[in-house]
This record gives sequence, structure tokens and C-alpha cells, in this order.
Amino acid sequence: MPQVSIQTADFDLTAEVAALRGDDGGVGAIASFVGTVRNRNDGSAVSGMELEHYPGMTERAIEAMIDEAQRRFDIRAVRVVHRVGPLQPGDQIVLVAVTSAHRGQAFQACEFLMDYLKTQAPFWKKETTPEGARWVDARVADDDALARWGITAGNA
Amino acid sequence: MKVQVRYFAALREALGPAEAVELAAGSTLGALRDALLARGGRHAEVLARGRAVRCALDQTMADESATLRDGAEVAFFPPVTGG
Repeated sequence: MPQVSIQTADFDLTAEVAALRGDDGGVGAIASFVGTVRNRNDGSAVSGMELEHYPGMTERAIEAMIDEAQRRFDIRAVRVVHRVGPLQPGDQIVLVAVTSAHRGQAFQACEFLMDYLKTQAPFWKKETTPEGARWVDARVADDDALARWGITAGNA
Repeated sequence: MKVQVRYFAALREALGPAEAVELAAGSTLGALRDALLARGGRHAEVLARGRAVRCALDQTMADESATLRDGAEVAFFPPVTGG
């Protein structure tokens, strides 16, 4: 199974985690994060979203962040799935799942990977609101989240 | 030398998905941005200094001090908003 998938199709958390665990008897903890499309953002109702990415660079950026997570944390396996294309409120957008021997490293690596992805992976969201379609603004809070890990994001 | 320039998100909407640009050998990414700005029009508007524009060189995040080589792939895009 690849570590990284960029796809228009939805994903199944249970199936993804089962595949990630495989027959690795050393796994004692699995942490996963699923991001979903909210029905409101910045004060407006959101009726739909389009996710654009930079094919090639996206996969490279996420593989690089997984390599960094493997260096920093005692983890066993990582899976990242990110959807692109048209999405609706309630849809799943992103999955990060990490296996490790114990929970602490799995929790930390999962959060590190999401903090990294938010500011370093080339995705862009355009949401549809009653006022029209608009590109979503990057948040300084996301740069701050990566700074906690000692990495300067420089995104927002 | 010639480099391939790609645009994404709002920059793609303004400038199109890609264009080839002829530059002096050894130019930096910042010099490329200057050359695009000098065209005026939409280029000057969306790539203006002070606008939040990020760039990549050969599909890795880069800053304007990066030196380009012939055939390089450069991309300009807004701050990323995935996840």
C-alpha cells in the first residue's frame, strides 16, 4: 500500500487502518485524524468546496513530512489520504493515520503530520457561499501550530 | 535559458496554468518574479511585492534567492490551505 494517496474518491477509515496495521504484531497504538468539510466558514454558509493541488509536488511534500515524522517519533507506519476535486459539507477531506508501539508517539506524530500538512502541502480550497465562490485564506494559527514543533512555516 | 512557470489557485485563474519564460543564465527565482512583474497588467497585479505569494522550484518550496537552471520548473501560488 502506498503511504500517500491523492484522490477524488472517498476513503474508509476502518479499511485504511486495517491495511496500515497489516500483520504488524508490534503495533500497540493507532492514532488517526479525519478532517471534514464544515458547513460554515468565516461567517458564511458553505454549500460546496473545490480542492485544487499541485500534482507531483503534493506527493513529494507529504512523503518528505512522513520522513521527518519517522525521524522525530518512534512510529511504525503512516498513511495519508487527501481528497481533491469537488466536495460537499460533511465530506471527509483528509486522513492521517499512524501506528506505533505506544500511544504517546502515535498521538504526537499524527498531530505533527497534520500541522505540517496544513502549511507545507500544496492544496488550495475554494468554497461556495451565498456571496459567491471564494478562495479560503491561510490562517496564522496554522503557522503557529507548526512553530510549536520548531519549524518555521512562513505560509500565512 | 528557458524555465517553465506554473500557477495555481487564484494565480492560475488570473494568469493561466503555465507559461515558458526566457531568462538570463544564472537568474534567481526573484529575478524571474521581477521579469514577470515588468510585463505589467495581471502579472504585475497578482505577483506584486507585498502580496502573499509562495513559490516552489522543481516541486519543492523555495524562496526568491534560489538560483534557476535551464529547464527548471517554477511555480507561484497563494498560501496553501489544505487539510
